[in-house]
Amino acid sequence: MSDLKQTPSQTVGPYFAYGLTARQYGYRHTSIAEGAMAGEDIEGERIRVEGRVFDGDGNPVPDAMIEIWQADSQGRYAHPADGRGSNAGFTGFGRTGTGTDPKHRFIFDTIKPGAATEGEAPHLNVVVFMRGLLTHVFTRIYFGDEEAANAADPVLSSVPTDRRSTLIAARTGNTYRLDIHMQGDNETVFFDV
Amino acid sequence: MGDTNGVTPRDWTAHPPLIHPDYKSTVKRGPTKPLVPIRQSLSELTGPAYGHDALAPLDNDLTKNGAKNGDPLGERIVVTGRVLDELGRPQPNALIEIWQANAAGRYIHEADQHNAPIDPNFFGGGRAVTDGEGRYTFYTIKPGAYPWPNHANAWRPNHIHLSLFGPAFASRLVTQMYFPGDPLLALDPIFLGTPEGARNRLVSDFSIDVTEEGFALGYVFDIVLRGPKETPMEAGR
Ligand SMILES: [Fe+2]
Repeated sequence: MSDLKQTPSQTVGPYFAYGLTARQYGYRHTSIAEGAMAGEDIEGERIRVEGRVFDGDGNPVPDAMIEIWQADSQGRYAHPADGRGSNAGFTGFGRTGTGTDPKHRFIFDTIKPGAATEGEAPHLNVVVFMRGLLTHVFTRIYFGDEEAANAADPVLSSVPTDRRSTLIAARTGNTYRLDIHMQGDNETVFFDV
Repeated sequence: MGDTNGVTPRDWTAHPPLIHPDYKSTVKRGPTKPLVPIRQSLSELTGPAYGHDALAPLDNDLTKNGAKNGDPLGERIVVTGRVLDELGRPQPNALIEIWQANAAGRYIHEADQHNAPIDPNFFGGGRAVTDGEGRYTFYTIKPGAYPWPNHANAWRPNHIHLSLFGPAFASRLVTQMYFPGDPLLALDPIFLGTPEGARNRLVSDFSIDVTEEGFALGYVFDIVLRGPKETPMEAGR
């Protein structure tokens, strides 16, 4: 088999909205995914996950795009590599830009995922894109009310103790909040996925 | 499945660094701390699966999908290629989303205030899904160059933005396709932010064979994504 080299990443730039998040931004084009991920017939606890993205000056980033990939309420991913079968219409994929909310929040209305495998804590897998990022970065969002599971999670445990809080969203009612800091004292942990 | 072996790692000799000061926006937006290694699990080895049902009929024809009362202005082109993994395996059912400026170098995006005309018959967004051999095709208009505020007299080379989903979440790629012989490439901090040995992978090839007689110039752009490492059977050879 041939040995090919990866196509390099390039920035998503400032003008992705009409191409990748058209419906959210009001352009006349369809979208493959949005921040609203859980249709009425999807089983699971309804949650909102929101936050802002901050640059190195502490300013909220108004032109970031956030994608999340998650398991369903039973911890199953809608993908052939997860052999546990259908997860009943839940794609597990959400995408939203920070440009339409007045506070530049990303907002996902979804269901709380189950743990995919024993010993893992439930989490969202996150990709961050923006103008000024030549290569996208991967992070995760864990849930603050899953203390015991979080303490046992192998990925969270591999993160230096003083940086773990950058990955854990606090719960208020049905809303989990976590900001993403690109730089600074609270720089979010980004993974070399 | 290669899921027990994982997906090939990100090749940092291919991808630009997170901070590249010549591209000014990276300075305050690129993470400064080293990326934390992660052991791949189902979270990274699975990923969104979009197929042909994600497409509307004109999604891959940007010369028609924004038309209101005529054809868009500019040089009609056909862009085609294959999506492969590093072992050369074609990637069928890979979703490609594209967006680009019009022939005058103006995006339909409302934040684009470049003083060049909007084309009422060109939207600039589309998508395609690869066939069983990993092949995709777009019909579009060659995008124009446009100025940007990075430095004095800065112009982006002609380019098409692409977003791809591959076999796993770890395969995710957003990139830009450039055109051969563009003098702006040698001056563009985004293109030059790419490691030197990998830059030519971002430049499409003109092809007279792909060119459609009397209709559209042809460009070929193959895309290589991260995929499963060798399957156990292959590893045993
Ligand atoms: Fe662009």
